Amino acid sequence: MMLEKGIEEKTFYLNLGPQHPATHGVLRVVLEMDGEFIANSEPIIGYGHRAHEKMAELRTYQQYLPNMGRVDYLHALAYNQCYCMAVEKLTGIQVPERAEFIRVITSELNRISSHLLWFGAYLLDLGAFTPFLYCFDDREHILDLLDRITGSRLTYCFYRFGGVPVDVDEEFIAGTRAFISRLRSRWNDYDTLVTKNVIFINRTRDVGIMTPEQALKYGVTGPNLRGSGIPYDIRKSEPFSVYPLFDFEIPLGERGDVLDRYVVRLQEMEQSLRIIEQALDKLPEGPIMAEKVPKRLKPPEGEVYTAVETARGEFGIYLVSKGDVKPYRLKLRVPCFSNLSVMPELFQDVMVADAVAILGSLDLVIPDIDR
Amino acid sequence: MQFLLAEGARIGISLIGVIGLVSINALFLIWMERKVSAHIQLRPGPMEVGFHGALQTIADALKLIGKELITPEDADKLIYLLAPIVMFLPVLVSFIVIPFSPTLLIRDLNVGILLIFAFSTMAVLAILMAGWSSNNKYSLLGAIRSVAQTIAYEIPLLITAMSVIIMVGSLKLTDIVAYQATVWNVLFQPLAFILFIICGTAETNRAPFDIPEAESELVAGFHTEYSGMRFAIFFLAEYTNMFIVSAVATVLFLGGWRGPILPPLVWFLLKVYAIIFLMMWFRWTFPRLRFDQLITLGWKILIPLSLANLILTALAIKIF
Repeated sequence: MMLEKGIEEKTFYLNLGPQHPATHGVLRVVLEMDGEFIANSEPIIGYGHRAHEKMAELRTYQQYLPNMGRVDYLHALAYNQCYCMAVEKLTGIQVPERAEFIRVITSELNRISSHLLWFGAYLLDLGAFTPFLYCFDDREHILDLLDRITGSRLTYCFYRFGGVPVDVDEEFIAGTRAFISRLRSRWNDYDTLVTKNVIFINRTRDVGIMTPEQALKYGVTGPNLRGSGIPYDIRKSEPFSVYPLFDFEIPLGERGDVLDRYVVRLQEMEQSLRIIEQALDKLPEGPIMAEKVPKRLKPPEGEVYTAVETARGEFGIYLVSKGDVKPYRLKLRVPCFSNLSVMPELFQDVMVADAVAILGSLDLVIPDIDR
Repeated sequence: MQFLLAEGARIGISLIGVIGLVSINALFLIWMERKVSAHIQLRPGPMEVGFHGALQTIADALKLIGKELITPEDADKLIYLLAPIVMFLPVLVSFIVIPFSPTLLIRDLNVGILLIFAFSTMAVLAILMAGWSSNNKYSLLGAIRSVAQTIAYEIPLLITAMSVIIMVGSLKLTDIVAYQATVWNVLFQPLAFILFIICGTAETNRAPFDIPEAESELVAGFHTEYSGMRFAIFFLAEYTNMFIVSAVATVLFLGGWRGPILPPLVWFLLKVYAIIFLMMWFRWTFPRLRFDQLITLGWKILIPLSLANLILTALAIKIF
């Protein structure tokens, strides 16, 4: 558009990433900017592509297990669980109940640690540094607990086909109970420091509204979908493992804005605590491994799809076996890929500062997208 | 002749004194900020270099001196080089009129407060120069934000200062301190004090108003491309600016050097560092405002409030 002679109104391109503090990984977003406002945006992915799906075809079933700790490294145990469930379903291995309970306890702990990390990193995006350190302090307790039985702090490879390799001990149970009461006593701090902060509410209320239609159109799942008010949680809608035994709620948002997604995640942590508490109370005695799981696993020909609810949404594995020691084909349905694809619509005509707030609220793990 | 010599010596000593104060103040403040933030965040902060990390900043400064000075290829070189200097010099000039104690001040100008405000506004020019000349889009966005938000906080800053000035009836900083011999101005002007602290925080470009350099949005804003000592000068200017804003607040509202028992200089520094501590506390507690929210805050809340305060003050003076 020509405004005056010689002055032309132009948009310019801004690269957000691949190295940028707000992308939390090697995601690149090309923004077409009209001053401070975003006219168009396009995510460019693939910088962290490691061919996880192809790797599955080149490894035996057991050898592929460690990969599942590295797709979404923040909620690795859910990925572990999904893969184990797929193989168990294919081979017909029955998992003992105690093992399922241990899986649920550890996976929910992992979910809380993932949400806590998101909480801190998100506030960092909004320019508040201190909550980051507070929630890392809390998260450290989870890492210590999980380190105790899984042996690692981040890229877990804990579950086995047919159960879990290590049983929980008294110290783990006592530590988990102590952690539950500790985290519950912290909600008030988080509320007064962040959730009730006027600046925080101004930055998040009515920003980046995702309508339920948009969310469904792009296949958004997890807290992002529930923030828009759609009660879809695989733990409830297609229950797996021993989740039906527990009493918990699905927190929902109303407006689908950034604040709703934030509140949903905070409430989910409390629900996870409830699940862990009940699981610890009901923890049955018994074996932790199924009997007679062959060392050289050769599932029969067939195909299965299993899905779990991770901290970021629906993670599914579609596994095809031709009766070999290696999978014939393995497809990962990752939540972050769909959650990212809705981003350009949310970025339309917002300011850079809001774009950072929206990008953060989607809780993307970039290796999960690139996989 | 003798007058010229004496004046020359005076200027020389003052300059050395000011530069010494600026450096030591920045060294101390950076250490203080790291310690304050660390304790707010439940961690010890620097502990290795010197007693409780007291010499950490010196180690950091030495490292910065050793760094390569990078000039982007397509930068507007002259402006790029001038920007840190333009940022730093006005800050230095402001020290001329700050009364540290009844005897320790360089020049008691009768337009003292005006001089400080005039020169502190020049920082925006420096930010614009740095942002424009770096030939970096993030820097440019930072510079644009900085210019746009200036009016939002500088007008209320001046108006609140004005309400104190019409009470005192002088622009001279020593007169303002003398006026507060019995009661500090903060008791007459509590609203003005709060407004002044808010605008002062914005003036120093610190969180929650650190919009021109918003790290998670614009990487480092206007100084993204600066490295080594050029970056250090921006840093130095920021901390010196904090000192000046706090010193002005001390003079205007907290009675300057006045206080019992302790020597005047100690009282002055205590008050200044207390205000700086408050600003650090803000930074490590609040999230950042969005750029348009700061402008809304400035125009819709700060300016009307400060104007109302000014009118009330004028009325009160007329009546009593």
